[in-house]
Amino acid sequence: MEMVKRPLPAGFQKVSGDDNTEEYFINMGPQHPATHGVLRLVLRLDGETVRECVPHLGYIHRGIEKQAESETYLQYVHLTDRMDYLTSHMNNHSVCMAIEKAVGIGVPDRAEYIRVMVLELNRISSHLMMFGCFGGDLGAQTALLYGFKEREVITDIFDELCGARLTMNYFRPGGVANDIPDTFIARVKKVIVDVERTLEEFDRLITGNVIIQERSRGIGILTREDAIAYGCTGCVLRASGVPYDLRKDDPYSIYDRLDFDVPTKQNGDSFDRYVIHIDEIRQSIRILQQCIEQIPEGPYRSKEKPSYRLPAGSYYAATETAKGIFGTYVVAEKGDKPWRIHSRSPNFANLSPIGKMVKGHMIADVVTVITTLDILIPDIDR
Amino acid sequence: MDLSTTNFIGDLVREYSPYSWVASIVNGVIAIVAIMAVGVGPSPMLIWWERKVAAFTQARLGPMRVGPWGLLQTVCDVIKLLFKELITPHGADKLLFFLAPALPLTGSFLVLAVIPWDHNLQVANPGMGVPFIIAVSSLGILGTLLAGWSSNNKFSLLGALRCGAQMISYEVSLSLIMLFVVLMSGSADVREIVLSQQGNVTDWWIIKAPFLGIAAFVMYMISATAELNRGPFDMSEAEQELTAGFHTEYSSTAFAMFFLAEYINMVATSALASVFFLGGFLPFAFPDFGFAPIVGVVASINGALAILPGFFWMAGKILFLITLFMFFRWTYPRPRVDQLMSLEWKFLLPANLILLGLGAVFIAFGLILP
Repeated sequence: MEMVKRPLPAGFQKVSGDDNTEEYFINMGPQHPATHGVLRLVLRLDGETVRECVPHLGYIHRGIEKQAESETYLQYVHLTDRMDYLTSHMNNHSVCMAIEKAVGIGVPDRAEYIRVMVLELNRISSHLMMFGCFGGDLGAQTALLYGFKEREVITDIFDELCGARLTMNYFRPGGVANDIPDTFIARVKKVIVDVERTLEEFDRLITGNVIIQERSRGIGILTREDAIAYGCTGCVLRASGVPYDLRKDDPYSIYDRLDFDVPTKQNGDSFDRYVIHIDEIRQSIRILQQCIEQIPEGPYRSKEKPSYRLPAGSYYAATETAKGIFGTYVVAEKGDKPWRIHSRSPNFANLSPIGKMVKGHMIADVVTVITTLDILIPDIDR
Repeated sequence: MDLSTTNFIGDLVREYSPYSWVASIVNGVIAIVAIMAVGVGPSPMLIWWERKVAAFTQARLGPMRVGPWGLLQTVCDVIKLLFKELITPHGADKLLFFLAPALPLTGSFLVLAVIPWDHNLQVANPGMGVPFIIAVSSLGILGTLLAGWSSNNKFSLLGALRCGAQMISYEVSLSLIMLFVVLMSGSADVREIVLSQQGNVTDWWIIKAPFLGIAAFVMYMISATAELNRGPFDMSEAEQELTAGFHTEYSSTAFAMFFLAEYINMVATSALASVFFLGGFLPFAFPDFGFAPIVGVVASINGALAILPGFFWMAGKILFLITLFMFFRWTYPRPRVDQLMSLEWKFLLPANLILLGLGAVFIAFGLILP
C-alpha cells in the first residue's frame, strides 16, 4: 500500500528515519482527562515512547488583558480571579500591590496579617488540589477525593469570608474587603489540625507508595540550568535546586516578619516536584500559626475609594503564588482605566520546558509531568 | 446412585420423549439461560457494590438517591446506556467493530459453564476442565484487540496493543498457577479439584500446601487483576493516559457489553480462585486439631454451617474475592505499562516456575498437610 505523505503538524522537525518502525502523531487534548483543562499536546510517538512533544495553547483564551483596558482598576482585580482560579487571592494581591505602589496607599497591619493568612490558606488549598490531581492522574482515584476533602474545609472558610468558593475576591487596594468574621481564627486553627493529620495520611497513602515512587522518580527531569533558562518559578524551580522564593528573596507584605523555610530539592524529577508541594504545606501551616498569635486589632482597610486614579507611569508588582511568580505590569495614563496591563503568569513559563522534559519517556510519563508541573490552562491563555 | 451424573431434567424429558435430541436441546437451552442468569444477573448489583466500595474507600456515600441506598441507580444507568445512540466511527471496520464486544462475553460465559456451583450444579464437567478454562479465557484478548484495531482511533489501538501484550503475558503465570493446583490435587477436572479440598479450612489448597498455597493465591490475585484489566492494572483503559483505551469509540449497547464482560469476568475469575484455593462450594468448617475438649463444639458448629447449600458458600466466597479486587482498584495507583510487563516476566513468571518445582518436591516428600 502506498504511504500517504502528509505535512508535519506545526512546530515539528522532519521525522528522522528508523525504517523498521513508523512514528506517528497523537493529539493529547484539547479534550483529554489528564491535561488539566484544554491543553493540547501534539506527541510524536514511537510505539509508546515520546520522541517529541509540542504544546499548543489558546483554547481558553478570553482576552482578559484586553478587557482590562476598558475596566477600572478596581474592576480588574475581579478579572484576575479567572486566571488561575486556584490561587485567586494571590492574583488579586498582585494587582492590589501594583495599585498601592502607584497611588501610595499603605496597608494597615491587621489587613496585612489577614492577607497573609488568606494567602497561605489559598496556597494550602492549591497544593492539596495538586496532591489530589497527582494521585488521580497516576491512577489512584482515591487520592483525588482525599485531596478535595481537605480542600473543602478551606473553601468553606473562604465562602464565609467573601461569599465565593471558587473565583474568590477579597483583596482590595489598601486592605481587604471586610474584616474577618469571629469564627475565622477558630476555623483556621481547626484547618491546621486537620491538614497536619491529613499530611501524615498522604505520606502513607501516596508518598511512600512503591508504585508512585517507581512512576515519578527520574521522570521528567528539569535541570537547574533549564529551569532558570525557561523562567520557571515556584515549586518547579525549587525542585530543581534553586531556592528562590519571592517571599524570602524579595519580601512583600509582612513575610519578612515571619519565620519559615523554603523547601528545596535537588533532583528536579517529578517526585521531587511533588514532595516540594507537601513540604510547602507544612511551611504554610507554620506561617498560619505565627499569624494567629501575632494578629493585631485595628482597621482592615485604608483609603477606601470607589475608584482609583493612577498617576501616569508603569508599575510592577509580583507575588509568589502557589504556582510561582505572578506579576502584574500596569502602564497607566491619566484616568481610572489602565492603558495596558500585562500579567506574568507562572504557569506559562512552567509549561514551556515540557517538550524537553518528556522526550524519551512514555505516554504515561507525560501525564506525570503535566500533573507535577501543576499547570492550569486558564492562567496560561488568559 | 452417583450424584455427579444426575441430570434430573434430562431424565425427565427422556422419559416422555422418544427422541434423544429433544433432551439435548432442552438441556442446552436451560444451560444457556442458567449461565446468562448467573453471569448477567449479579452484574448490576456488582456495579452498585463497586460504587459503594469506592465510596467507602473515599470517605463518601456513593449512590444514595435512586431507591434505598441507591440500589436502583444501576438500573437507571443501564436504561440510559441502552437508549443511547450506537455510533460507528468514521472509517471503522464495521463487521469487526461490532463483533469485538461479543467475544469477551462469550469467553466469560464459557468459563462460567465449567464452574461447579454446588454438588450437582454444573453445566458441563469436562475431564480437562482447567486446560479448557485456559483456552476459552483467551477469547477476551481477541475481543479487545479487534475493538482497538477496528475503531480507527490511535488511542484505541494503543489501548488494545497494551491489553494484548498484558493479557498474553499474565495468562502465562495464571496458567502456571492453575497447573500448580492441578499438581496438588492430582486432577484437571474442576469438580475433582473442589472435592480434593473436602474437610475443614486446613484442607483448602491455600493452607493445605504449606506456604506455597498462600504464595500461589497472592500471585493468582495479582495476575488475575492484570488479566481482568482492572485497576490498578487497567493499562488498556488508563483513563488519564488513553482517555478510555480500547473502548474509546464504543457507545450504547456495544459499550455495555464490554462493561458487562468486565464484571462477568470478575465473577468467573473469583469463582476460579474460590475453586482452586478456597474449597469452592464446600462449606466453611473450623478445624479441631484433634484437641479433645473442643471436638464436640467444633463439630456442631461445622454441622450448622454445612446446612447452608453449597451455592451460598460459593457465592459468598466469590463476593469476598470480588470485594478484594475492588479494594485493589480503589487503593493503588497504576504502574506504567513497561513496569507491569517487567513485573510479569522478571518476577511473577520465575516465581511461578519455582512454585511449581517446589510443589512437585512437596508432593514427592509428602510435605502436604494431611
